[in-house]
Amino acid sequence: MHLMDDYKIVHDENGEVPDPSEMPDFVPGCMAGSKPFRANSDIQGGLGFPGGITEDNKNGLVDNWQEKAISKLGELTGKYRSLRVYLDSCVKCGACTDKCHYFLGTGDPKNMPVARQDLLRKVYRRHFTLAGKYVPWLVGAVDLTEDVLEDWYTYYHQCSQCRRCSVFCPYGIDTAEISMAAREIMDHVGMGQKYCNEILGKVFKIGNNLGLPQKALEATLEDLEEELEEETGLPIKLPIDKQGADILLVTPSADFFASPHIEGLMGYAKVFHEAGANWTLSSYASEAANFAMFIGSYETMREVSLRIRKAAEDLGVKRIVFGECGHAWRVAYSFLNTLAGPFDFLDPNYPVPQHICEYTWDQIEQGKLKFDKSQNDHMTLTFHDSCNVARASRMGNKPGGQFEIPRNVIKAVCNNYVDMADDTIREKTFCCGGGGGLLTDDIMDIRKKGAQPRMRALKEVQESHGVTHMAAICAICKAQFSKVLPEFGFDREAIVSVHQLVSNAIILTGATEGPGSEAMDDDDDAVEAAE
Amino acid sequence: MVSTIYAMLFYLAVLVFAGGLAMRIRQYWRTPAPLKIPTTPAPTTKTGVWMRMAREVLVFESLFKSNKWIWAFGILFHAALAVVILRHFRYFQQPVWTVIALVQPFGVYAGFAMVAGLLGLWARRIFVPRIRYISAPSDHLMLLLLIAIGASGLMMKFVSHTDIVSVKMFFLGLMRFTIEPLPSDPLLLTHLGLVALLMIIFPFSKLLHAPGVFFSPTRNQVDNPREFRHLAAWAARLETGAAKKN
Repeated sequence: MHLMDDYKIVHDENGEVPDPSEMPDFVPGCMAGSKPFRANSDIQGGLGFPGGITEDNKNGLVDNWQEKAISKLGELTGKYRSLRVYLDSCVKCGACTDKCHYFLGTGDPKNMPVARQDLLRKVYRRHFTLAGKYVPWLVGAVDLTEDVLEDWYTYYHQCSQCRRCSVFCPYGIDTAEISMAAREIMDHVGMGQKYCNEILGKVFKIGNNLGLPQKALEATLEDLEEELEEETGLPIKLPIDKQGADILLVTPSADFFASPHIEGLMGYAKVFHEAGANWTLSSYASEAANFAMFIGSYETMREVSLRIRKAAEDLGVKRIVFGECGHAWRVAYSFLNTLAGPFDFLDPNYPVPQHICEYTWDQIEQGKLKFDKSQNDHMTLTFHDSCNVARASRMGNKPGGQFEIPRNVIKAVCNNYVDMADDTIREKTFCCGGGGGLLTDDIMDIRKKGAQPRMRALKEVQESHGVTHMAAICAICKAQFSKVLPEFGFDREAIVSVHQLVSNAIILTGATEGPGSEAMDDDDDAVEAAE
Repeated sequence: MVSTIYAMLFYLAVLVFAGGLAMRIRQYWRTPAPLKIPTTPAPTTKTGVWMRMAREVLVFESLFKSNKWIWAFGILFHAALAVVILRHFRYFQQPVWTVIALVQPFGVYAGFAMVAGLLGLWARRIFVPRIRYISAPSDHLMLLLLIAIGASGLMMKFVSHTDIVSVKMFFLGLMRFTIEPLPSDPLLLTHLGLVALLMIIFPFSKLLHAPGVFFSPTRNQVDNPREFRHLAAWAARLETGAAKKN
């Protein structure tokens, strides 16, 4: 383990924070030892995958794993146009080589997007292209040996599938597509990753990533309701499994217990309360996250998504709204209709699904919510665009709504807002370093190193604009930053939920405490608007 | 003898190039894209996607965002190559179209520009450690091949002229399936041999980026997954399979 000071940001000779995109020294193989724990046979079996580590089978691989891996690769190139076109099309121009946060943070050349892709591409070439079959040395084609497989496991788990490289590639080659395929292949030869596969098992058994059973979830929500009532004097509810509610809220289970996620959840509850919405959570679909995307398993991703559809049908809701979660929003926005649609049983007047930021912004635009922005005056905010929201989804009607709507919400509830440098936000945003199924303590070193570009960008606005806090709308980003911020010399609590800011500032009609209570006396508009 | 060999070579090259490319395109076309994965922000209409693709193909929009040097050398090479190819149309036409006639003087400059762009790209491949690391022998040889084609072509213009009237007769002949005599000076034979080689390896190499970009789901998909359900045939079968089980 590293000393804390290792990651502290050091100013350059001009006294400036180093550029987040600064080229690192080239250190081949320096991250070869950083790999997440492997799934055992129980975990593998729970998802219908073969193999996995057992007492007798230390490497966990199935018999004839080479053959099976190659045949899976062939199957996937026939099922995914992205994979086939991307394996064929790369010209090795080098445009992506300095775009990955894991490369910028480590200098390991295999973390350059094209080099990461090549780990699979060279095997594809060997088995599926003419040149690779007859003149492998010419085109860099190799057989799938145990070493190559080991490299796959290592470096496809040093990719957070953030898609930053795909923004810059002249052919739009998306390394996420390749790393998802590689993980799918590895799962089918017994080389699954413990973290993702164990979590998916919990979703199927219990309903959420945390393995929080229904009773515990209900108790948690009751506690939160008490806390909200204490704070505001209002009976703000967090209903669960409420038949006939209008809105089903699906949110990452981290929102039920971790900070700053939970403050965000209370923010959603206040917004729903003030808007007079009839909403509910579901114990069956008590998880927005869908880690099946990270492991590239369409079938598993579909099964997890169908839980949300079933919850919506069973509860008879009219709308589905997702809480703050990055990859969940990608699966929800981009894939849910495909995986679990059509949603013709829901109210056609609303998009399916909606993001909580879309919901809140809509309420703000309608004038239904009032805020006392001064409640957030102790902070100067910036916003971290989460990769899956930024580069793989949208909010609102217009391209780029995923950047504007969260910022609009923040600006509606805060007086002090500053953006980080242009090449580190919006579609060029840097990953937090923990996305894509990497948010596990067994690879803490790559997580910290991968956070470096974002940390530098944050440091820059901290020094130039006095930014104190960074808001995010992703459970993984929030958890990752809570962990790595102190390593880089920031306050652990410098990461906040967007709806935590909303929660701080919202003026609740009839509140006896908090911002609402003062406003009640002199702000009649708030009362009128709430009616 | 040389004429016959080159005639056969070019028939073969055209066959492999056109047939191989058609097969690849067919394969890309028929391989489903089961999920909506446009890199966002993405256009929300088909027209928007056409425009995005046009910017990508004509001005290399993403590459411009990425790296100005690669973009400059890349666009110099590709634009010049386009002009050079247009210039060569005159060997296949009788009479020559006006637009091709007008292109002729630019074609010469384009020949130099093309080679300059290629040399720039090659220099980066050799001297930038990141790009050297990702280069296989074939990546160097591909540039060498293109440079050799460009250089041998330029040398016929500026060093040692060939009998271009006969060359034209040869190609017009090929188009009518008759073999006319081809001049046998080494520069010309080198130039033509390398072009035939390029055509033959095209469908089996990274040159597939040319058709590939049009099939790239991150660039060619409309951002409308909430409005329209997107379902691949194999994914649809999962649904009927599940229905049967129940």
